Amino acid sequence: MRLSYVAQRFLLLLATMWIAASINFVLPRLATGRDPIRERIIAESARGGGATNIGINEMVAEYRAQFGLDEPLPKQYVTYLWNTLRFDLGKSLSNYPKTVMRLITEALPWTLGIVTFSTVTSFTLGTVFGALIAWPRAPRLLSATIPFLLTFSAVPFYILGLVLIYIFAFQLKWFPIGGGYPIGTVPSFSLSFIGKLIYHAILPSMSMILASTGGWALGMRGMMVTIQGEDYMNYAEAKGLPERRIFFGYAVRNALLPQTTGLALSLGYLVTGAGLVEVVFGYPGIGSLLGESITRFDYTTIYGIVFFLIVSLGIVLFILDLLYPIIDPRITYEQ
Amino acid sequence: MSSFIRYLRRNPSLGIGILMFTLLFAFCVVGYLRYDISKAAYPLSAPANRPPSLQYPLGTDSQGRELYAVMTAGTILTLRIGFTAGLIGLIIGTVLGFVAAYFRGWIDVLIKSLVDILLTIPGLLILVIIASATRQSMNINLLALIIASLAWMGPTRNIRAQVLSLRERPFLQAARLSGMNSVEIIFFELMPNLLPYLAASLVGSVTGGIFASLGLEALGLGAMREPTLGMTIYWVIYYSALLKGMWWWALAPVTVIVVIFVGLFSIGTGLDELANPRTRRIV
Repeated sequence: MRLSYVAQRFLLLLATMWIAASINFVLPRLATGRDPIRERIIAESARGGGATNIGINEMVAEYRAQFGLDEPLPKQYVTYLWNTLRFDLGKSLSNYPKTVMRLITEALPWTLGIVTFSTVTSFTLGTVFGALIAWPRAPRLLSATIPFLLTFSAVPFYILGLVLIYIFAFQLKWFPIGGGYPIGTVPSFSLSFIGKLIYHAILPSMSMILASTGGWALGMRGMMVTIQGEDYMNYAEAKGLPERRIFFGYAVRNALLPQTTGLALSLGYLVTGAGLVEVVFGYPGIGSLLGESITRFDYTTIYGIVFFLIVSLGIVLFILDLLYPIIDPRITYEQ
Repeated sequence: MSSFIRYLRRNPSLGIGILMFTLLFAFCVVGYLRYDISKAAYPLSAPANRPPSLQYPLGTDSQGRELYAVMTAGTILTLRIGFTAGLIGLIIGTVLGFVAAYFRGWIDVLIKSLVDILLTIPGLLILVIIASATRQSMNINLLALIIASLAWMGPTRNIRAQVLSLRERPFLQAARLSGMNSVEIIFFELMPNLLPYLAASLVGSVTGGIFASLGLEALGLGAMREPTLGMTIYWVIYYSALLKGMWWWALAPVTVIVVIFVGLFSIGTGLDELANPRTRRIV
């Protein structure tokens, strides 16, 4: 019955989260011979001007106690799992004592903004495009755009982003080169600030939209072509249904289902692509945070972000999986 | 040869892909002839921040590298990483896919569950963790191995599906009846039927490998000293090249990357058409 399927998927989700957490725990500790805390403290003391090594060992020991690193490994593992369950991802090494979760929640709205906007726009545009291109009684002009869309879809998002920065921000000066909002403005809830936010978000979103639309269009076109060969399409036409009804109610409706599957499968790709786009544009989202932490050797933040992203994606996929039977009544998951 | 050219007219994607790689190849050959790559692609071999001119065809970057030499070395290195990672990933994926689909049973359940779980995790994130941990000793081969470690899931799933569909075909039942054992069947019956599909999968793997390597390097987790394409992008971001107006520094790697990806995509589409004659081009 449905319930056993839900339970099965939920267990799969838990398994994914547990495996991700364990990978997060084990892999860093496999790199022996390096102690990020020690490196960090030495770097800080060197930056403080005095090449003093006095008390380094005591400081390292104290910080290790703070991070719980001086306990036996199994206990660390259990503590780690327990903390992760409570959303405690530890403290950032470079922004100590700010917690990793805090950094993530500050960066998250930015990423959510461009990712959802870009995904929704490119999916809608691409699907509509693809459906129209495959429909024989649609304007032929649309087919001419296919090579361009395909070319754009073959390159990674951030490469397209670099091209867009060069053309639109640098040469034509229509858009800002990067950042989330103009340097020197104070964030507020005013309309002008929101306008500036949108202004800065246009180029990053455009690079994602341009690069993804081609892929969706191609997929939709393929599905529409397959569906047009189905018997029920013949029957609908023979019945004399109006063309628009056939197009929307029969063809598009059925082609949408594999498209949404494709959407679910490509979520990971979209999120990592968005992250790299943010790095290129200096947009203050999770991707930028990840890039910064890598540059600053802030390991706790790196692992925290990775884990957070894996869990979020897992949850979204779980929800999408549960929604499938609603979208497609043919899927029943009966045993 | 002429029949090949005639085939290309039927399969223009393959033609475009081959053309792209021929251009890239010619570009690199000229680069090797003109420069001593072991010096010119590394810092302080040329005056810094020069725009393109006759002497420095693609300009130089902020660390004093000749960009033409960097592009030559970078193309070869990046393609090498992608190819190594893609090939290893495909080999592992093929073995696992064959084993899972042919023998079924608990090993199939195990492999399929593992692949499904790992596929929901975005590969780049795991790569970030691994690469962060091995940063100090990162070099090209280690990067390729790390990428290969997560490149096998896609091929496994696809090849398993293909073998599953081939499994019940009469020719396999005939082979079984004629006394061939499992290994013989896998190598002499299943594999030859899947070779075109494997070739198309290889292109997909290589594309994924290059994509992952570019992503890792752009984040700063690549081999810092090597002049690969991804590291060039990293330096472009690090030195804010576009902000300073050094458009040539960003244009060079972006163009090469676009050519590589479009070429791989075209070859992939072309091989798809070759592998599966049922997907005739619908123009």
